[in-house]
Amino acid sequence: MQLWVLVVILVAVLSIAAGTIILERRLLALWQDRYGPNRAGPFGVLQIVADMVKIFFKENWIPPFADKVAFVIAPAIIVTTILLSFAVVPFSPLFVVSRLNVGLLFFLGMTSLGVYSIILGGWSANSKYALLGSIRSIVQMLSYEVFMGLSVVGVVMLAGSFNVTDIVNAQRKIWFVIPQIIGFVTFFIGGLAVTHRIPFDLPEAENELVAGYHTEYSGLSFGMFYVGEYLGVFLISSMTVTLFFGGWLGPVLPPLLWFLIKTFVFVCFFILIRGSLGRPRYDQLLAFGWKLVLPLSLANIVVTAFVYMAVKG
Amino acid sequence: MFSLLRTIWLVLKHTFAKRETVLYPEEKAYAPPRARARIILTRDPDGEERCVACNLCAAACPVDCISLQATEDEHGRRYPEFFRINFSRCIACGLCEEACPTYAIQLTPDFEFAERKRRDLVYEKEDLLISGPGKYHDYSFYRQAGLAIGGKGKGEGDQDRPPVDIRPLFDARE
Repeated sequence: MQLWVLVVILVAVLSIAAGTIILERRLLALWQDRYGPNRAGPFGVLQIVADMVKIFFKENWIPPFADKVAFVIAPAIIVTTILLSFAVVPFSPLFVVSRLNVGLLFFLGMTSLGVYSIILGGWSANSKYALLGSIRSIVQMLSYEVFMGLSVVGVVMLAGSFNVTDIVNAQRKIWFVIPQIIGFVTFFIGGLAVTHRIPFDLPEAENELVAGYHTEYSGLSFGMFYVGEYLGVFLISSMTVTLFFGGWLGPVLPPLLWFLIKTFVFVCFFILIRGSLGRPRYDQLLAFGWKLVLPLSLANIVVTAFVYMAVKG
Repeated sequence: MFSLLRTIWLVLKHTFAKRETVLYPEEKAYAPPRARARIILTRDPDGEERCVACNLCAAACPVDCISLQATEDEHGRRYPEFFRINFSRCIACGLCEEACPTYAIQLTPDFEFAERKRRDLVYEKEDLLISGPGKYHDYSFYRQAGLAIGGKGKGEGDQDRPPVDIRPLFDARE
């Protein structure tokens, strides 16, 4: 692995996350029959630069009642873990940081580590709203991590490997979304929950918890949480594409372009879901996770295993 | 579950819907002639100031943005010595227009008079006065009112009858 690939991916991923913010604002506006930010630069893309400059000049206030070390470290954790997850995402056959043979497990592990960011952020702020938000978030993320991990087991069975590059190569005949449609749906729901996007944004629930676990954050540390969320959206979109939609595979166009097109579609889908769905009640969220989606993903594993054995053996 | 998918589909269809936003500086929303914004002082058809400095507008103003000082000319005709409206306080409620007995103070649909400094929003009489009669073309207070004023005696107004000499009406036998 060359160093320049690493640098290019790091810069590209961060700029895509920034671009996702403006994309989200414009798309939400489109679906709500508005225009959104369209003044700064072409299509308003410079709006994000303006916002970034603004957030750089804001005071990074640490509350006197907060636990300083944990408070400062928390926003860095979420960005770091998500950026580390991108190490195993194959953007194209050549454009990948690490062809780890347990790449998928690494991805799941890293997204789970992101919970620490929210625990520490909510707990160290020493404020009731932040704590309530982080408690919700922990329960939500832990319960949804479970079937997010289970839902990719079917993919691993079909591909016979945890290596993400091998999984993409195994989809040359047929994208895994067709045999693993339930796996795809459960993985995507889990992904929504892990990035706490709108139907599952109970940790942030503006109208009841101020801003959830990042209530006390300001300036750049808040910016880190914010960028972390959009990095998460891009990560889940690219992993969905990689695991279920053939990653970089596609005719005519170069592999990298195929990957980006497919990921773009999923990022837009994330935003569409945010624009259309409401937030369920807390107990509904957990009941949905444990009573519906978890059994569904377990059944998917069993059925996949039986069919696979029947066809192979 | 189906309703969720239907919601997503309905929202997606809005991709092709017309946007409601009016892109303000380029396209402007239609302001009806009676829209309330910048205040003006009008003149009567003879070109004289309509304002008689009665102070009713200043009294009606809920934010106290109008201030004026009354004075009289040599014919006994009242007019404001100064008339000042602080538009940084004005809320364009139109109560001054309603209070005005002479149709002098009127609100226009022009709302685009933003300034960089607050003191630039304090308009004096020469900024407020316009050359025409505004919304009421033929109305002239001194031609309607019974008041005797320079050039017009009692009973010479538009709807006036000549003054009645009441003395003959008394019983002469008294």
